[in-house]
Amino acid sequence: MKIDPIHQFNIEPLFTIGHIGKHAIVFTNSSLYMFIAVALTAVLMLGGGRQLVPGRFQSIAEISYEFVASTIRSTAGSEGMKFFPLIFSLFMFICVSNLVGIIPYTFTISSHIIVTAALAFLVFFTVLIYGLYKNGFKFFKIFVPSGVPIYILPLVMFIEILSFFLRPVSHSVRLFANMLAGHIALKVFAGFVAMLGVSLGTVGWIGGMLPLALTVALTALELLVAFLQAYVFAILTCIYLNDAIHPGH
Amino acid sequence: MAEKSHGAPAKGQKTGAHTEADGGHHGGGFPPFESSTFASQLVSLVIAFVALYLIVSRIALPRVGGVIDARQNAIEGDLAAAQKLKDESDAALKAYESDLASARSRAQAISNETREKLNAASEAERKTLEDQLSAKLAQAEKTIAATREAAMSNVRGIAADAASAIVQRLTGVLPDGGAVNSAVDASLKG
Repeated sequence: MKIDPIHQFNIEPLFTIGHIGKHAIVFTNSSLYMFIAVALTAVLMLGGGRQLVPGRFQSIAEISYEFVASTIRSTAGSEGMKFFPLIFSLFMFICVSNLVGIIPYTFTISSHIIVTAALAFLVFFTVLIYGLYKNGFKFFKIFVPSGVPIYILPLVMFIEILSFFLRPVSHSVRLFANMLAGHIALKVFAGFVAMLGVSLGTVGWIGGMLPLALTVALTALELLVAFLQAYVFAILTCIYLNDAIHPGH
Repeated sequence: MAEKSHGAPAKGQKTGAHTEADGGHHGGGFPPFESSTFASQLVSLVIAFVALYLIVSRIALPRVGGVIDARQNAIEGDLAAAQKLKDESDAALKAYESDLASARSRAQAISNETREKLNAASEAERKTLEDQLSAKLAQAEKTIAATREAAMSNVRGIAADAASAIVQRLTGVLPDGGAVNSAVDASLKG
C-alpha cells in the first residue's frame, strides 16, 4: 500500500468556466471548497435568528462578531472598525475553510500558496493604499522609528522597508506552511496505520494503534491550528492596518 | 520541486485526468506550486471572496451588530428603569421613615401633655380633698373637745351628786354644796 501524503492537495478540475487569453479558467475542487466556506459562513451568520436572548446558533454568530470586533479594537483602535467587514471576511473565510479541511477527504484551500498569497497581498495593498490615501507622505514615518540614533537610522530604515515589503510573504507563507505541514503529518501518521496492518497482519494492526492515537492527537492539534492560524492572519492584518491608520507609532 | 512542476505533470493537469491511478506522478509535481492552476484558483477566490465580503458587509454584520446593539440598549434601558424604581422606593422609604418619626414625636408630645394635664388635675383634686379632709378633721376635733368639755362638766355634776348622796347615806347629813364641789374638783384634778 502506497502512502501519498501530497495527493490531498491535488487540484481536480470539475468543469471549465471559460478562458482568459490562452488560460483555461476551470472550476476546481478548490473553487468548490471556497464556495462551501462562503456558504457555511453565510449560514452561520444569517441562520441564527435575532432573539434578544440568543440560542446556540445565534450565539456562534454573535461570538464571532464580538471576537473579531474586540480583536480589531484592541490592536487597531476604534478607527480600525472601518475594516471590520474585511477582517471579519478574512477571519471567517480562513477559519471555516481550515476547519472544513480537517474533515477527511475534503480539500484545504489555504494549503495552496496562491490562495494565501492572494489574501496576503489583498491586505498588503489595502494597507499601502489606505495608508497613503489617509496620511499622504506621513505614511512613510512607519519606516523611521522615533528615538533611533541618527548614525544607525539608515540601517534601521533599510530593515524596516525590507520587513514591510516582506510582510505579504511571511503573512501568506505562515498560513500556507502551517496548513500544508499539518495535513501532511496527519496523512503520514494515518497512512502508517494501514501500512502496518496490511504488511504485518495482526501484529501490524495492533502496532498500528500507536500511530492511530497519534493521528487522533494530531487532529485535535490541527483543530487548534486551524483556528489559531485564522486568528493570527486576522490579528496580523489588524496590526498592519494599524500602521496605515496611525503611522507615527 | 516547484520548478519541476512546470513540466510533464502540468500537462496532465490540463487534461483534467487526475485520478488515483495516475497519482504516481505527484511525486514529481507538488500541487501547491503548479502554476497552471493559479489562474483558476485566483478567479474562484476573487468571486468567492467578493461574494463573502458583500454578504458579510451588507447583510451579516449589520444584522448581528443590530441584534447586539438592541440587546445592549434593552439591558441599559432595563437597568435605568430598575435604577429609577429603586430611587423611587428609596424616596418612599425615606418619606415613610420621616412620617414615622414625626408621628412618633407627635405621639410623644401628646402623651406628655396628657400626662401633665392629668397630673395637674389629680394634684388639684388631691389638694381640695386634703383641704376638705383637714377642715373636717378640725371640725371633728373641735366637736370632740366640746363633747369632752360637756362630758367633763356632766361628770363633775354627777360626781358631786354622787358624793353628796354617799355622804348623806353615810352620815345622814346633807353636806354643804360648796364643800362637795371643791372636794370633787380637788379629786378630779388629782
